[in-house]
Amino acid sequence: MENQEIISKVNDFLIDEFELDEDQLIPTASLKETLEIDSLDYVDLVVIIEKNFGFKVKGEDFANIKSLQDFYDYIINRAQEN
Amino acid sequence: MNRVVITGMGIYSTIGKNIEEVNNSLYAGKSGIGFDQLRKELGFRSGLTGILERPNLKGELKRRQRVGMAEEGEYAYVATVEALKQAKIEEDFLDKNDVGILYGNDSTARSVVESYDILREKKDTSLVGSGAIFQSMNSTITMNLSTIFKLKGINLTVSAACASGSHSIGMGYHFIKSGLQNIIICGGGQEINHHSMGSFDGLNAFSVREDQPQKASRPFDRDRDGLVPSGGGATVILESYESAIKRGAPIIAEVVGYGFSSNGDHISVPNVVGPAKSLQMALNDAQLKAAQIDYINAHATATPVGDLNEAQAISKIFGLITPLVSSTKSMTGHEMWMGGASEIIYSVLMMQNSYVAPNINYENPDEYSAKLNIATETIKNHNIDIFLSNSFGFGGTNSSLIVKKIK
Repeated sequence: MENQEIISKVNDFLIDEFELDEDQLIPTASLKETLEIDSLDYVDLVVIIEKNFGFKVKGEDFANIKSLQDFYDYIINRAQEN
Repeated sequence: MNRVVITGMGIYSTIGKNIEEVNNSLYAGKSGIGFDQLRKELGFRSGLTGILERPNLKGELKRRQRVGMAEEGEYAYVATVEALKQAKIEEDFLDKNDVGILYGNDSTARSVVESYDILREKKDTSLVGSGAIFQSMNSTITMNLSTIFKLKGINLTVSAACASGSHSIGMGYHFIKSGLQNIIICGGGQEINHHSMGSFDGLNAFSVREDQPQKASRPFDRDRDGLVPSGGGATVILESYESAIKRGAPIIAEVVGYGFSSNGDHISVPNVVGPAKSLQMALNDAQLKAAQIDYINAHATATPVGDLNEAQAISKIFGLITPLVSSTKSMTGHEMWMGGASEIIYSVLMMQNSYVAPNINYENPDEYSAKLNIATETIKNHNIDIFLSNSFGFGGTNSSLIVKKIK
């Protein structure tokens, strides 16, 4: 899967499942402060990522993901590993 | 001791999705019962059920507020929004005052089944999602509504089988009467999905009159063959009289009596003594004589033994001349955990609009129902100053409430 395709897929589920607006999805946006993704939402992100990309995320992996760009990078790296 | 009044009502049921629709259905004797083919495919003995679609709350509630809400929580939410609106209670008031919630609920099966299905398939709890735990606890309604409405008073689920909704109002009545709270959101919610009904269906307690769904729920009728499971959400705002006057809230009616008892007998078969005791206790609490009751909303679910024993209990307390009696379950089916609360609303609507809703499908009496003054059709222009509503449940839990018109 191309990087741009992954980013687009991530954006799609953030819009569809997390009801975020497209214009909120700026790479520098903070997941917690700007996008208001809280600790319970991370639990649902694990489910959605498994559904969309086929790999499982460990809760602790989110510790280093602060911005949306970090999140894209993490998914891209994990998708390439699989 | 405080006087306890009703200042708001809201409902989402199989006979209407708001107070106005429900009032019209009650007056018209409209049934909310239908047939669900999927239940037959799943091996149910009866495919009969109340028919109710889930409300679409997307856009009204945030995702986080919705994901932990089970079906019965959605029904209860819609009912509570309507009740708070009628009671003129807004967000700012809820934020600054200790409003409580005592809500009846006694199951939340679907989320339990679905989350365990995921676990069995995926073998990983991290793939169950964040909402399942909040949906799958019995207190799902109170935990969700207290969060959404930012409630700061008593926060408790009342689980007492098919008397849950009634006991929630009884408990709320006592909390307010004693001065512990000024306003409490009471009510009952009932899931309607097949996940929750399979085990009950297995007890052979449901009607199998599948060729005539709307004729299936026949409380007190000689040829009744069981109840029809149903559900929804019903909310009653209880408030101290002083608080209601101070706020300028509409005072709809006054709760004047609450009786309760436990049969101390069989787990599923009701008796006569326990319900009679609950009825008498409610009358004593209200300081009323039986003859002063203008209408009885019976528990009568249309099971052969249950209706037989309730008819005897009513006769025992009310004697040879009973007030008008009807079981609105003839139209709604058995709303179980919700029923005790919804039936207070149904009866208040009759009181407000001076009629008695019919006990539809009552065609032939049996030995004991013949002794009751059952409303076979809508009784128009019937003044109700005081009514009594019965609710009984598995384990022999009984609850009787008496509500009076405010003049």
